[in-house]
Amino acid sequence: MTDTTVERHAAAPAGTPLLEVRNLQGWYGESHVLHGMDFDVGEGEVVTLLGRNGAGKTSTLAAVMGILGKRTGSVAYNGTETIGMQPRHIARLGIALCPEERGIFSSLNVEENLMLPPRIQEGGLPVERIYELFPNLLERRRSQGTKLSGGEQQMLAIARILRTGARLLLLDEPTEGLAPVIVQQIGRTIAALKAEGFTIVLVEQNFRFAASVADRHYVVDQGRIVDMIPGEALEANTDKLHAYLGV
Amino acid sequence: MFELLGIPPQVMMGQLLLGLINGSFYAVLSLGLAVIFGLLNIINFSHGAQYMLGAFVAWMLLTYLGLGYWWALVLAPVIVGATGLALERVALSRLYHLDHLYGLLLTFGVALIIQGLFRNYYGISGQPYQIPGALAGGQNLGFMFLPNYRAWVVVASVVVCFGTWFMIEKTRLGAYLRAATENPVLVGAFGINVPRLIALTYMFGVGLAGFAGVLAAPIYSVNPNMGADLIIVVFAVVVIGGMGSIMGAILTGYGIGLVEGLTRVFYPEGSAVVIFVIMAIVLMIKPEGLFGRTA
Repeated sequence: MTDTTVERHAAAPAGTPLLEVRNLQGWYGESHVLHGMDFDVGEGEVVTLLGRNGAGKTSTLAAVMGILGKRTGSVAYNGTETIGMQPRHIARLGIALCPEERGIFSSLNVEENLMLPPRIQEGGLPVERIYELFPNLLERRRSQGTKLSGGEQQMLAIARILRTGARLLLLDEPTEGLAPVIVQQIGRTIAALKAEGFTIVLVEQNFRFAASVADRHYVVDQGRIVDMIPGEALEANTDKLHAYLGV
Repeated sequence: MFELLGIPPQVMMGQLLLGLINGSFYAVLSLGLAVIFGLLNIINFSHGAQYMLGAFVAWMLLTYLGLGYWWALVLAPVIVGATGLALERVALSRLYHLDHLYGLLLTFGVALIIQGLFRNYYGISGQPYQIPGALAGGQNLGFMFLPNYRAWVVVASVVVCFGTWFMIEKTRLGAYLRAATENPVLVGAFGINVPRLIALTYMFGVGLAGFAGVLAAPIYSVNPNMGADLIIVVFAVVVIGGMGSIMGAILTGYGIGLVEGLTRVFYPEGSAVVIFVIMAIVLMIKPEGLFGRTA
């Protein structure tokens, strides 16, 4: 890899980032969980938020989506400030969340779950393409959503936000609790989505998985970004990362 | 003609028809309650008063504006639903983060206010409302006389009940409603306007009560207590069917009406309490209700 490539990934993305987060503070009730997050995500990038349990990774995604109890600071998407917006308005700008617990609706079948999020703009994947990416979902489209295996539920949770036309996908621990073979499949899916031009922020504890899919890694600790490691430099920074993650 | 256990068929069929008519009202009203509870988690104690309001709006449209039954059938549910929408926006929406009990207390208070106001203005003797000309008369079925209007009530309630079931279980809008019941935060994060969905659902549920009120106006006298008398039975129907279960509310509504009718034939003294006996038995054996889901 050339130095230029490394530099491009290491620095904040050139031009205006698609997502620009500045001094983001967040609260769950009285509990202050984000203490000034600062990071950027460029268009078409896959960026991970790595950190220990409770570091503030999931809260960061919730704050970007507007579903954290209270938040201050700045979250700009494509130049539009979203900090005072309702979640439904943020979603309609082109941001979509795949939550940690997957959020599959038990009263809906697979197809209803898939078709639930409304199309918010052009550019979403057609249903046929989604079924190509996730053939299991086609076979089981009449099954109750929560009757799927954990891996299939995760695929459904990712699949349903691809239809909407959202360009920034927030994926919260998509590999959690899944068998290695399913984790590989999720990795291939994320690579395919990157190739399709989606921008992805990925929360992960499995840094080996993160290393295989991401361009850059932000390390989160105690509600702050404490480091940024380019994808190519991850190998060289393994010891440092172990110290951050406590593994 | 045949006799069953010494009961003349006219008596048997007459009581079954009466049971089916009552069941039609139970079904439409408990359906409204189930829709509201299912999505809003509000135990809408003002449902009986809103049913009464439907009957009174029909009577007022006729008395003050000269608009007859068919106009009332369309306008009264919308008008009563609009009052529900105002109630939801002004008061109920502030209680969603609190325990169910607060919504129950608020709607109970609202019911008392509405009923008190109507008692004050119109007394309790009741206002007459004529059966529309097109539905006057009846059919002689040989073993019984079937009044056209009562047949219409059964047909109209079946159409409304199963139309509502279809809308909730088989359409995109229904999928939004079911999903919002489970996880309103995530549904909002998909770009769906959940507060509006909730408000319109309450309006629709209240509109169903208004619709039942219009259906009832020509059968029962239009009086301020008509809802209060019915609402306890309707709540029992909802509990038997399973709180929040749409199909449970519909089937239990008709079923309980028929059981009540049969009880009136075989043991008239028990007809007033049979519903509550069934409710007690169901609660002991299947506390989530016949069609309810286990928590």
